[in-house]
Amino acid sequence: MDRFFRESSAVAEVELIKLVRDPTELLSRAVQPVLWLVVFGQVLAHVHGIYTGEVGYLAFITPGILAQSVLFSAIFYGIAVIWERDLGVVHKLLVSPARRSSLVFGKAVSAGFRGVVQAVVIYLVALVMHIPVRHELRAIVGVLALVLLGSGLFSTFSLIIACIVKTRERFMGIGQLLTMPLFFASNAIYPLELMPGWLRIVAQVNPLTYLVDALRALMIVGGESVRGYPVDFAVLLAVFGVLLMVAVRLYPTLVE
Amino acid sequence: MNTTIDSDRLAVKTTELTRRFGDLTAVDHVDLEIPSGGIFGLLGSNGAGKSTVIKMLTTLLAPTSGTAEVGGFDIIKDPAKIRGRIGYVPQLLSADGALTGYENLLLSAKLYGLPRPERSARIGEALTLMGLTDSARKLVKTYSGGMIRRLELAQAMLHRPAILFLDEPTMGLDPVARHAVWDRLQDLRRDYGMTVLITTHDMEEAEALCDELAIMHTGRIAVVGKPAELRTRLGASATMDDVFAHYAGGGISEGGDFRDAVQARRTARRLS
Repeated sequence: MDRFFRESSAVAEVELIKLVRDPTELLSRAVQPVLWLVVFGQVLAHVHGIYTGEVGYLAFITPGILAQSVLFSAIFYGIAVIWERDLGVVHKLLVSPARRSSLVFGKAVSAGFRGVVQAVVIYLVALVMHIPVRHELRAIVGVLALVLLGSGLFSTFSLIIACIVKTRERFMGIGQLLTMPLFFASNAIYPLELMPGWLRIVAQVNPLTYLVDALRALMIVGGESVRGYPVDFAVLLAVFGVLLMVAVRLYPTLVE
Repeated sequence: MNTTIDSDRLAVKTTELTRRFGDLTAVDHVDLEIPSGGIFGLLGSNGAGKSTVIKMLTTLLAPTSGTAEVGGFDIIKDPAKIRGRIGYVPQLLSADGALTGYENLLLSAKLYGLPRPERSARIGEALTLMGLTDSARKLVKTYSGGMIRRLELAQAMLHRPAILFLDEPTMGLDPVARHAVWDRLQDLRRDYGMTVLITTHDMEEAEALCDELAIMHTGRIAVVGKPAELRTRLGASATMDDVFAHYAGGGISEGGDFRDAVQARRTARRLS
């Protein structure tokens, strides 16, 4: 356990150093969620086109947009892994005696840093736009835990895809193909009840739906979780665990 | 087999080592014995199977059939034990440009499980040996190609491996940087008793650096011997290029698929 922690924190620490040294990517990633809230959210809140109960539309989609930016910044992380493979970095990591599980987990943790930055940006936007977010410590800690979990989950998913497709060109295609459906087939910007039956079924097996559901309860004043956030947490943890196991098996095949 | 005593002295011993990719047999029943404590060169045109052999010996790739022992451990049964005892420098310049030289080394030290109190002493020693002490706190993207190579050597020797694997260690380097890498490899062999295994298709490098060579052609070992021996075998005036052309089947420029060419060009770009 000690060794697992040392190895994965070594991998994650390196990513953190690089992010701090060159935060341009982080900042450019922050533009999109701001647009969604300021433009899309405000316009739709005006027309009252989507019924969201007691909670206003802007407050309703704020956790959805956070989940979206967690998804978007994590999913293209497979590109970085393919880049590392082309440079021989993956070879070097795999020749070292570090456990495969620590390498994969360390990468998942480092995706979490990006997610946390997105969360900070969205809290700031919410503050400026007077969106009623919960400010209790417990709620914020819960949101950050969810953001870490979601980032780890989607980045590991992305790693698995990278291991299967192995080239940047194919990954770009598949990455685009996956992110939009994952986002729209979820409860991020409209409630599940508005969806046609088939789409609701898709949304219910989409991990993003569980992330949004839990975030909604923990982030928004008066926000409600459909399933209860402990259930959401459990589902996300289980999916993350399964994805980690698959990724640990596939990661070494990247260099074959 | 009564080879236990012999294999103690061998750094690497392969037994009918074979790897297929679909219809292509990249490595075809290779039997190779590499003695401890020398610099051994694995030569061949692009696509001859050198890199595939290295990948199998460094536990990155499982053989289709046959096996090999590295440092006395079987690559199929004990890959984890081998990983702690070897060092590896891949063909491409793979040190992280966004980190400093010191940070690159610290990452290696942690992944190789060097105890915390020893880390900085070992890193300092590696930096001194590779002549990088003054650049240790600079970002690697400001390094020259030769400096990156020496940093990678420093990373690969940090845990004092018994065997060091290098895939085309001087490809794309200018002559001065190339000689600096050769000198450092000789230091590692002499001062630390490391066995060094390199792949190359550079005959000057093979002759200047290697105690013994194996030339590969279409997945098989065509010949094994000391550089001078191989030359005299072909005649008094034979050069290493003649030796290569004779055993590797055709000219040096032949062979190599598109991917090799792209990789070589990418490395060259990173160096310029």
